Amino acid sequence: MVSVNYYLALSVILFIIGALGVLIRRNAIIIFMSIELMLNAANLAFVAFARYWQAMSGQIFVFFIMTVAAAEVAIGLALIVTIFHTKSSIDVDQISTLKG
Amino acid sequence: MTLQLLLFLILAVIAIVAAIGMLVSRSAVYAALFLILDLLTIAVFFVLLNAPFIAVAQVSVYTGAIMVLFLFVIMLLGAERAAGEVRTITWQLPLAIVLGVVLLAEAVFIIVQQRNALPAVATQLPVDFGSPAQVGTSLFSNYLLPFEITSVLLLVGIVGAIVLTKSEKK
Repeated sequence: MVSVNYYLALSVILFIIGALGVLIRRNAIIIFMSIELMLNAANLAFVAFARYWQAMSGQIFVFFIMTVAAAEVAIGLALIVTIFHTKSSIDVDQISTLKG
Repeated sequence: MTLQLLLFLILAVIAIVAAIGMLVSRSAVYAALFLILDLLTIAVFFVLLNAPFIAVAQVSVYTGAIMVLFLFVIMLLGAERAAGEVRTITWQLPLAIVLGVVLLAEAVFIIVQQRNALPAVATQLPVDFGSPAQVGTSLFSNYLLPFEITSVLLLVGIVGAIVLTKSEKK
């Protein structure tokens, strides 16, 4: 097995790219995809540690994260569709109605 | 051993390039396709890490269901041109890049400094480690309550998505 450190490094890099995506991009759908990327980076670390400690708990946790991500995507995309219908834009900088 | 390392490095390069491609691509459809490539390489990593069930779930749930939903919404909204992102907060982009680089530097520092904190792995695994049977046994014995709560969560997700997108009757 490749050392768990390599997997951790890859996971960290993917997570940071995802975080940068959330901060840099203004398109709500791409921000959402970046969140998915961050969740997957965490999943990778979980599975790497499950293999390292030879414990199934890590893999079960990844299973739960996937389920939660599925529910989150369904709700989030419904929100985006609703926002697009009212604002005709999914640029997050345009959604500033509540700004004082 | 070196073959596995070579495979890991090639896949890692693909994963990182795909993630950066998602970060910079103008079109939302291209971003979604880059993310699909990324999720598939992560599924291969799961296979390498003796998690075949999780790998199949990754392919079917993430690249199958979730990304189809993403592409569907992108097409539905006609939001594929991400160009013309107007920035109202101008100082945010440089600050985000600086903070991202700082975070990366911290992470690299920690990983390099702590690289010997974990002792070498025992290579001998149980033969059925990560098999669907073992995942199922664990899921329905130790993790039965979280599993049932997850089903309730999915139900709430379905109802919420319907309620949010339902057009209101005046």
